[in-house]
Amino acid sequence: MAGAASPPESAAEGSVLEVSGLSLDFGSPRGRIHALRNVSLSVPRGRIVGVVGESGCGKSSLAYAIMGLLAANGEVTDGRLLFEGRDLLKLDQRELRAIRGQRLSMVFQDPMTALNPVRRIGELMTDIQYRSGRSPAEMRRRATEMLERVGIPDAESRLAAYPHHFSGGMRQRICIAMALLVEPALLIADEPTTALDATLEVQIVHLLKNLQRELGCSVLFVSHHLGTVAELCDDVVVMYAGEVVESGPVREIFHRPSHPYTQALFACDPGRIKQATRNLPTIPGELPDLVEPPSGCIFKDRCPERFEPCDRLKPPAYAAGEGHRAACHLLSPCRPLGSGPAGEGAR
Amino acid sequence: MTALLEIENLRVRFPTMGPLRARLTGVADPWIDAVCGVSLSIAEGETLGLVGESGSGKSTLARAVMGLVPVAEGQVRVEGRRIDGLGGQALAPFRRRMAMMFQDPVGSLSPRLTVRSLVAEPFRIHGVRDRDLDAEVRRLLGLVGLGPDFAQRFPHQLSGGQARRVGVARALALDPKLIIADEPTAGLDVSVQGEILNLLARLQGEIGVAILIITHNLNVVRHVTDRMAIMYLGRFVEQGATGQVFERPHHPYTEALLSANPEPDPDAVLNRVEIKGEVPSLLRRPAGCEFHTRCLYARERCSSEAPAVSSAGGAHRYTCHFPLGENG
Repeated sequence: MAGAASPPESAAEGSVLEVSGLSLDFGSPRGRIHALRNVSLSVPRGRIVGVVGESGCGKSSLAYAIMGLLAANGEVTDGRLLFEGRDLLKLDQRELRAIRGQRLSMVFQDPMTALNPVRRIGELMTDIQYRSGRSPAEMRRRATEMLERVGIPDAESRLAAYPHHFSGGMRQRICIAMALLVEPALLIADEPTTALDATLEVQIVHLLKNLQRELGCSVLFVSHHLGTVAELCDDVVVMYAGEVVESGPVREIFHRPSHPYTQALFACDPGRIKQATRNLPTIPGELPDLVEPPSGCIFKDRCPERFEPCDRLKPPAYAAGEGHRAACHLLSPCRPLGSGPAGEGAR
Repeated sequence: MTALLEIENLRVRFPTMGPLRARLTGVADPWIDAVCGVSLSIAEGETLGLVGESGSGKSTLARAVMGLVPVAEGQVRVEGRRIDGLGGQALAPFRRRMAMMFQDPVGSLSPRLTVRSLVAEPFRIHGVRDRDLDAEVRRLLGLVGLGPDFAQRFPHQLSGGQARRVGVARALALDPKLIIADEPTAGLDVSVQGEILNLLARLQGEIGVAILIITHNLNVVRHVTDRMAIMYLGRFVEQGATGQVFERPHHPYTEALLSANPEPDPDAVLNRVEIKGEVPSLLRRPAGCEFHTRCLYARERCSSEAPAVSSAGGAHRYTCHFPLGENG
């Protein structure tokens, strides 16, 4: 919901990717699952935008929809995906192929399965440049250079190695190197550090940040890890059950979370609780059934601040600060004082 | 306090190739030590956290305790009696006292059994016939906060958190003294992770069961454990009371792990200790101190001489020549 259906024009100009009003259904035996509903966000040029949320919030579906890699039962029902001014949803397969892997590349979650096990690293890395029109020798030189850049020692000779010769962290570095070899305008990273250990996670996050600065591309970073997002991203989009509930600059979101879901999510993070405790906070309740999403606010059933309009009206994205929007009735400017839950107003 | 579980100099080895190939290729020692010279003890009702990166041997240690992988050297004692080397019938009474929760919450449940059968399975396996199984299943599901209607469900009808609760119910079935929880919160969202950890903490308060938690998540360790041990390449590099280790880590690896925990705050001051490289292969253990290849403070002595276990007061022990906080 944040960003509303018509984003401000100024943002659109400086954006690499502009998602507006995107809705996505998955067919299932129980009926259509409305996995994304009216999702809008923009990725400004040269910035890292984090998409945060728990399992089932639709963050990976969003990434796959942008890449055009949805499963056969997935269908975009509404909205636009403007990438460098062109609507990805209106392109045919040929035009899409010219963009995907050229201007738009992706790093997947699991480095152990992302690389073709029967091809050598050098082959994989020259294959991905097939559209560049460079000579094979040139492509190999660039591959070596990029491997060195992502911190693979002895890159030249490693081109002859197979993926199974590398550890998980090394493979993720190779995946990042491959994604950046094509000089993309936008890199989509779908939980690139989830499968890695903590010490490697830190290394990969720093690597991504440094490469992004050097190459100047934009990054859409999908993650459920609040610490990584806080460290890496410039802007953050918080998703819940297929909707954007809050979006804004990283400091705004982490210092002044305005949506009750974001507040609850942060409260649950044991990394934020400084005092050792045996009684960790949780978010009671479960995700709503997305075959029939409830009317009104999507978070109302689990929300500690639920009040009257939450059942009736879907909250629009209200301004909550500089570039900061949250879809919650508590932020409504015309809300009469005292109509909220007892003793608690908008925080 | 009597020790419930004692492990002394435990060593677990895996072959990397068959004996014939080893002889043909002239490899003298085709074994790797997944766990090497580990000693620990857990008292009744205590929670011990076992931390380390993938491949550090923490799950292997747990499996060796449960008798799921053979022990090469050393002793495992439960309530003073040795159980390493026991098999089948002889081990069964000890297995009742120790329950294991495996890593993958859904994958560790048989997809063809209902929750009722899954929870009642331990009774069947151990031949407990004198109890009303339906009542027991209801009691156990109630303990872990699931309604009786869950009994008829199949694993694929459960969310990750619910499947994990069923795992806890199974582990509790035979009133164990010790629960070994292998990554109990891996793959769960933060909001659900809290529920499972609260559940374990509550059960510990009510039943007094001891818990060995294996995890790579330091936030989990800080909040729910009394003591912690840090593993690297199959050995303990540091162990002690959780608060002490967090406050004053002595081993550089502990320090690096602690600081590799990204703060959920964009303005956090990052004086991060980033260690270089990756975990070395167990096939080629570094000489001397095994951490020296990645250590920021490594000196000459570290690459030649293996450090001995030193004490930093009380039960806080570490294995390092140049511990942090002492002469730099």
